[in-house]
This record gives sequence, C-alpha cells and structure tokens, in this order.
Amino acid sequence: MSLTQTTALQVILFEGEPATPFTPDERKSLFRQILGRGFSIRRTSQPEAVSVDQRVQSLVVGRFHGQSPAHPGLPESGQNLVFLDVSDQPAANLADCVTGRAAELQTERQHFDHKSWKPWFPVIDYDRCTNCMQCLSFCLFGVYGVSDIQQIQVQNHDNCKTNCPACSRVCPEAAIMFPKYKAGPINGEIVNDSEIQREKMKVDISSLLGGDIYSLLRDRSDRAKSRFSKERDSSKALTERQKCLVKLQKDADIPPEVLMSLPSPEEIQRRAAEASAKAEAAIQANRQRQAANPDPE
Amino acid sequence: MAENGKILYCNCAHAKVVPDEVKEAVLDGLCESGLEWQAVSDLCEMVARRDPALRQLHGGGPLKVAACYPRAVKWLFGSAGVPLDPAQTQICNMREESAEQVLSQLTHLELTPNVPEGAGKAPREIVDEAEDSR
Repeated sequence: MSLTQTTALQVILFEGEPATPFTPDERKSLFRQILGRGFSIRRTSQPEAVSVDQRVQSLVVGRFHGQSPAHPGLPESGQNLVFLDVSDQPAANLADCVTGRAAELQTERQHFDHKSWKPWFPVIDYDRCTNCMQCLSFCLFGVYGVSDIQQIQVQNHDNCKTNCPACSRVCPEAAIMFPKYKAGPINGEIVNDSEIQREKMKVDISSLLGGDIYSLLRDRSDRAKSRFSKERDSSKALTERQKCLVKLQKDADIPPEVLMSLPSPEEIQRRAAEASAKAEAAIQANRQRQAANPDPE
Repeated sequence: MAENGKILYCNCAHAKVVPDEVKEAVLDGLCESGLEWQAVSDLCEMVARRDPALRQLHGGGPLKVAACYPRAVKWLFGSAGVPLDPAQTQICNMREESAEQVLSQLTHLELTPNVPEGAGKAPREIVDEAEDSR
C-alpha cells in the first residue's frame, strides 16, 4: 500500500452535551495510548467541531449514556463517522476500549499502518531554494522530482533512506531540512551566514572525496571484485568497500547501512545519469520559460 | 488561547529529537487545561501521506502549534499544500523551549505570530492557487 493510498482516522473525545466530561487523568491516558497507536486525537465539546469529510474517518468517543449528542449540526453515524459510547467502561479499561475500536476501524478501512515507516524525508525551504537542481542530480533514489512548472519538489517521500541527510549537504543554500535530524540547520534551525559558507564548502562532494563520487565507488568496487576473484575471500572485498565508504559516511553523515545497501556500481551510474538528465531537462525548461516570460524586475 | 483559536500538538512519534519530558509535560498540561485541542502522532508522517486531515487541522483562523523549529513546521505545512497564515500562527518549539514555556504560550490568550518571513512558495501551493482561481 503506498503512502498516499490511505484514508485518515482520527479519534474525537466528545465532552459536550449530553456526554459527561472525562477526568484529566482519563484524558491523559486516552491521549497517550491513542497517540501511541499512531492516530490523531482531538478534544472538543462543540458538536459543530465534528465534521464529516469523505477522506477522514472520525471515531467519536464519549460518555453518552445511551443518548446521541443532539445538535442540528452534528451528522448521524455513518461510514465516516462512528460513535463509541464508553459510559459503562471503567477508567482502567477506557483507553484499551478506544484503541481497540480504532484498531478495528484501521483494519476494516485499510488505514495506514503507522508503525510501518519512519517518516524521514527532505523538506524544502522555498524561501531559500534557488531551484538549482543539485539535490535532484545528487539523489540516487528518486526522492526528488519537478512540478508541472519545473520547480523542484519532494515526490517520493518513502524512497528516502532513513537517517540519511546527504542531499541537504549538497544544497548550496541550506534549503533542505530533515526535521528529525539531530543538528542545525538541517533540523530546521535558522540558517546563519557562517553556516551557509560551511554548507557551500560541502557542495562539491567529489572534491571532498578527491574525485568523482560515483567513479570512486565504481573503482573501489571493481578493485574489490578483482581481489575477490583472486583471493576468493569475500570478507576482504567487503572490508575494502567499507573502507571506501567510511570517508563518505563521515563527511556527509550518511548511515553505514545506507552506504552498504547501495546498488551495483553500474546501477549507481545509471541512476546518477538519469537524475542528472532530469535535472538538466528541468534547468533547460526553466531557462526557456524565463526567456519567454522575462521577469519585469 | 484566543477564542476560536486552535491548538495543535505534534507527538513526534518516530524520533527522539524532542525531549520526552517536554512532550509528556506539555501533553499533561493540555489535558489538565480544559482547552479544546488536537494532537497528532507525527506531523511529518501526515505530510508524507498527504493526510487529508491536515486541511482540517489548518482550517483558517488563529493557530498555535507545539512541534519543532518554526522553519521546519512552516515548510511541512507548505509542502502539503496547506500554507500557514503568518499573521495567525504561533509555533512553539519543543526541541528548544521548556515545557513551562511551551504551555504558557499555548494557553495564553494572546497569539504572537512567529512563522519565518519569506515569499517562497511550495509547488503544491502554487497548484492549489491555480485551481482556486479557475
């Protein structure tokens, strides 16, 4: 199931008439457990806050004592709006009861399984981005693409390699963020001038490595293959590859598991060429567009 | 929180970058406050899934968000096609601020807008605007 082929499920704690409000401790338990299962949760006492959206399913939880919340603005129970009366549930069972029902709905409607993917992907700061396409050229995994108007964008979030911030290192404007990264400015901290200089220095990754990155990987791998064929020692070949990648890992903070899972050198070259061609095409299209519609300024 | 304003809390479920003690204390404080508010498991995940609930979260009007760095939050929403209104949005940074500071800002009646300034637009915003103008 792709990331975007799913509908959303949210839990609404309804505490308006005729429902009896939950205690703060009950709320804490409910919020914690429901968030822990990956669902959104909202507390409201206003019937009009319970809306029906075809793309969002709501589980409305309350101590209704057998009565439906009567309000002209409140829709009736249906496919996208499910009521759960927990009047009879003791406080100790409350959270389990609600998360259990939410899990049932998740299965019935094939809602997204929140634990299946760590949301790690680049977020572009378009106040800084100059649409230079460096990131598109660099990424081997097809995370980036261009919009209809040739503007860089993140298109395949789940292609991104978890904990790898390498593309943000090649951005000359420090415009690429990974909100879950440990340090600034990649984590979204304000970018200062000295950091810009630092980031600019990292743009030319090939010079950092003393040569073209893809050639380096290919050459090292070829040498490793050669040694492997001569010595029939797979562990030595692996060691060679690891040595080659240590510098890249250190300079760009790329997790070793990402480097070790890179495709074959031939595939790397193919993908790199494909990404470069995409970037070049976008740059050319932008030039043509600008030539046709020059900026009045 | 100002009347009709919304409070949104991100539980940043998949990473340890927001201190647990801050997240827990803010969550507890909001549960005790009696305010109406909404919590999401992970804002990044919702954006990646283009979760339709993002539009509901946003919805216009004053909004206070307890999450991470304002620059990151601004462009998470922007990339999802639901740009934050700079005049009506305050972002509290749970990575940097204490739970007391965050709670104080969330529950205070006044809203202090702090979305980073800039005229950049994410592609989906531009597409949405084009669709709206048709």
